[in-house]
Amino acid sequence: MTAALPQEDPTHERSAETAAPSLADAFWVLLRRDLTLAFRHRGELANPLLFFVIVVSLFPLGITPESQTLRLLAPGLIWVAALLATMLSLDGVFRSDYDDGALEQIVLSPHPLSVLVLAKILAHWLVTGLPLLVLGPLLGVLLALPARAMGTLFLTLALGTPVLSLVGAIGVALTVGLRRGGALLSLLVLPLYVPLLIFAANAVGAAGAGLPVTGQLLFIGALLILSITLAPVATAAALRISLS
Amino acid sequence: MWTWLQRIASPPHFYRLAGRLVPWLAVLTTLLVAAGLVGGLGFSPADYQQGDAFRIIFVHVPSAWMSMFIYVVMAIAGAIFLVWNQKVADVLAGASAPIGASFTFLALVTGAVWGKPMWGAWWVWDARLTSELVLLFLYLGIIALRSAIEDRRNAGRAAAVLSLVGVVNIPIIHYSVMWWNTLHQGPTVTKLDSPSIHLSMLIPLLVMALGFKLFYATTVLMRARCDLLSRERESPWAEEASRS
Repeated sequence: MTAALPQEDPTHERSAETAAPSLADAFWVLLRRDLTLAFRHRGELANPLLFFVIVVSLFPLGITPESQTLRLLAPGLIWVAALLATMLSLDGVFRSDYDDGALEQIVLSPHPLSVLVLAKILAHWLVTGLPLLVLGPLLGVLLALPARAMGTLFLTLALGTPVLSLVGAIGVALTVGLRRGGALLSLLVLPLYVPLLIFAANAVGAAGAGLPVTGQLLFIGALLILSITLAPVATAAALRISLS
Repeated sequence: MWTWLQRIASPPHFYRLAGRLVPWLAVLTTLLVAAGLVGGLGFSPADYQQGDAFRIIFVHVPSAWMSMFIYVVMAIAGAIFLVWNQKVADVLAGASAPIGASFTFLALVTGAVWGKPMWGAWWVWDARLTSELVLLFLYLGIIALRSAIEDRRNAGRAAAVLSLVGVVNIPIIHYSVMWWNTLHQGPTVTKLDSPSIHLSMLIPLLVMALGFKLFYATTVLMRARCDLLSRERESPWAEEASRS
C-alpha cells in the first residue's frame, strides 16, 4: 500500500532540498524516455498502423469496389479503423512499465501523478495517433473520399486521436493489473468512444457533401478539452487502484 | 446526523435494517405493480393512433427510467465508497449493476416489441435506442471489470471509477446520438406543465414507475444482504446471522 501515499504528504517536501527534478523536468524526462523506448521497438510501433491500413483495405474487398458506395462509407470506415488501431496499441501505455515495476516508481514520485500520466499519454499519441494523421487522408484517397473532405478528415483526426489516447488510458489503467485485460479493455473503452465517432464521421461526411462542419469540429474540440482535463485524473486514480 | 449515518452504514446494522425493510417493500411493490398493470391494461383507454399496442408503455418507459436512475445511484454509491470507504456503499453499487443492466435490457426488448408494429422494424438506429444500447454496454463493462478483479476492495474501487467516468459520458453520448439521428417520439411526461399524455394513461404509468422503483429497492437490498453476508463470513455477527 505504499503506492497510495497522498501527494500532499509533508515528508515529500524534502525532495526540494535534495534537488529533485521539477515537475516540468519530470514531464519531459518521462516523455523522452517513453519515446526512446518506443523507437527501440520500431517493429511493434508499426503494427497498429499496418493494422489500420489492412482493416480499411479489407472493406472494399468485402463490400464493393464501386467508388460511389465507398465514398459514402469512407468517413465511418476510416474512423472505426482508427478506433480499433488505437485499441490495439493502448495496452502498451502502461503494460511494460507495470511488468518491470517502473510504474510503481512513477506513482511514488512526489509529483502529481495525473501530470506524469499525461506525459505517458502524450508519448502514446505521438507514436500511434500522429501517424494516423498522415495515413488517414491517404486511405481516404483509396476509398474515393472527395478531395474537399480531406482537410476535414485531417482536422478530425488531429483533434480526435488525442481523445482516443486519453480516454483509452483510463481503461488501460483499470485493467493493467489483470492478466487477460485485452478483451475487457475494449468492452470498457469502446462505448466511451461513441460520441467522438459520431461527430468525427459526421463531420467528414458533411464536408464531402459540401456542408459546413464548424459545429462538429467545435464539438470534437470540446471533447478534447474535457478529456485533457478529466482523463488524467481518472487515469491516475485508476492506476493507484491497480497498483494497491 | 453523521454518526447516525455511520451507524446505518455498519454492515451488521445495515443487514438487520435491510432484512426488516425487504418484506414491506416487497408487499408494496406487488401492490403497486398489480395496480399499475390493472389500471394500464384494463382501465386506460386505447390510443387513438397506436391502438392497444401502446400499452407496452407501462413496462417500457418505467424500465428505461430505471435503467438511468440505477446507473446514477450506482455511480453515487461508487463515489461514496471511493471517498469515505464505506463498505455498504460498495455492496450497494455491486448489487445495483446487474439489476440496472436487466432493466436496460428490458427497455430495449420492450422497445423492440413496440417498434415492430409502430415503426415496422424491430430495431432502428434511433438516438434513444442507441444511447440505451451504449448504456447496456457500460453496465456490462462495469460488471465484467468487477468480476475480473479478484480483490474485492480493489474491484469495487475500479468499478466505481469506471461508473464515474460513465456518468460524465452518458449525457455526452445521449446528446451526440440525439443530434445524429432521431425517430423516437419526444418526451411526453417530463413536460410537466402540459404533459401530452392523458391523465388516464399517466396515472397508471406513474404507479408502475413507482412500483419499479420499489422493486429495485427490494431486490437491491436482498442482493446486498446476501453479498454482505458472504463478504463478512469471518466476522461473528455474520455467523450469528446465518445461524438464526
